[in-house]
Amino acid sequence: MTTRGTGPADKLEPSPGPGRGSKMLGGRAVLVSSVSTVLFFAVIAAIVVLAPGSEVVAERFFDPFHLRQSFLGTESEPSVAAAFLLNVYIFAISEVLILILALVIAVVRGIPGPVFFPFRMVAIAYTDLFRGIPLILVLYIIGFGVPGLGLGVVSYLSDVTYGIIALVLVYSAYVAEVYRAGIESVHESQNAAARSLGLSRWQSLRFVVLPQAVRRVIPPLLNDFIGLQKDTALVSVLGSIEAARAAQIYGASQFNYASYVVAALLFVLITIPLARFTDRLIARDKRRRQAGAVA
Amino acid sequence: MLKGIDLVVEPHEVVCLIGASGSGKSTLLKCVNLTEPVGSGRIVVEGEEITASHVDVNRVRRKIGIVFQAFNLFPHMTVLQNITLAPREVLKLDRKTAEGRALELLERFGLLDKRDEYPDRLSGGQQQRVAIVRALAMRPSVMLLDEVTSALDPELVAEVLSVIKELADEGMTMLIATHEMGFARDIADRVCFLDAGRILEQGPPEQIFTSPEHARTRQFLQRIIAAGRL
Repeated sequence: MTTRGTGPADKLEPSPGPGRGSKMLGGRAVLVSSVSTVLFFAVIAAIVVLAPGSEVVAERFFDPFHLRQSFLGTESEPSVAAAFLLNVYIFAISEVLILILALVIAVVRGIPGPVFFPFRMVAIAYTDLFRGIPLILVLYIIGFGVPGLGLGVVSYLSDVTYGIIALVLVYSAYVAEVYRAGIESVHESQNAAARSLGLSRWQSLRFVVLPQAVRRVIPPLLNDFIGLQKDTALVSVLGSIEAARAAQIYGASQFNYASYVVAALLFVLITIPLARFTDRLIARDKRRRQAGAVA
Repeated sequence: MLKGIDLVVEPHEVVCLIGASGSGKSTLLKCVNLTEPVGSGRIVVEGEEITASHVDVNRVRRKIGIVFQAFNLFPHMTVLQNITLAPREVLKLDRKTAEGRALELLERFGLLDKRDEYPDRLSGGQQQRVAIVRALAMRPSVMLLDEVTSALDPELVAEVLSVIKELADEGMTMLIATHEMGFARDIADRVCFLDAGRILEQGPPEQIFTSPEHARTRQFLQRIIAAGRL
């Protein structure tokens, strides 16, 4: 026997069940989740509307005129949307460089043999150093310190370039550790099988170990990407007008904070697809990964 | 672990290693392909002392094929890619030649239709046969088989054993560590019984299985018979 729901439930097909743990059948589950949703948002709406100061909040943060104007920009204030393109640019370039540098560090760290001891030490020191220093300090050191040295061409790069360098230095340290975890999670028997066929250590790494290692760490890698997307905002401390800074400029001159909401929304909008994409990749890789190597 | 092994294997000979777990069968095989470090002593393959210093380990391993108990196929590659990887990267064969060789071997062992499958879609017996083909694709002079049927469901064991028998009939030099006593008796030119890191006894299968000399060998065989494995 099925019961029909009210409201939005009328337009839905009865679902097979809201989740694996549920014991309710089709139509009844839809009814319950609809009622629950309506009640939940009704309570939230009531709190928002009835809270003291809610009118001021609506005016200062959510005023449609300012939302639109900060998005597009004016003669005297930069467009948050246009400034966001700088964030995207910084993210795109940094990400590629990070993926490469981090891989180098992770691989160097794993080279065996006494002659490579100093290289391994440098790799370890690098990750310790740049995971220890706050990103904002690295930005100051690279972005203010290096120009101050007056050292030829290195001291005359743009703020954005310094920002990218700082982001790459710091994030490579984290991502290198993620790669290392992936490499160590590939069972030694895979490497043994590759070496037994006559493949060299590098060939085994390149064709057998790394492809498996990277596949395994895609979720934490994408997690770091999402963090990087947001940290591009910090490059503003060096003077670049990226989205957060543009929002601040608008807010300071217009005394309205809708610009912050616009900037926040832009960041979130770019992050959500990446998060869902991550979920899909995890699901697909899980299916693929019932490997023949019983190890 | 190995306390003193003195073993000669002639070309085209099939030598089976039997013994309890921990007796050194796997260790011996891994020493031969230089996976396990050799503390003292020498290993000579086709007249070359492979345990000498400055020997290129990768080159030596090309002519020694080894198949493990856990098949160790590369899960991110198809069957065909698994087999052609080493011929292309180590032997520097071009893609067509390598694939031709692989397909010929797959067809011989009845696995041609699996060539584009990933290992996780194959049964244990099929995976192990692919592992054997992968080793054969390098055209080794000797094949080392380390308990290759021990991890298989009983009904899948026969298909792998028939592949091994075919190789033996074709004259492949083989060193086989196995628990399959009936198979060993059938296929071996010589059987070596290992105990505590030493070859306690060796000889033709009839001699070892029906009239062993050492008490320890007799004890081992009695237990095998009691378990219904011989």
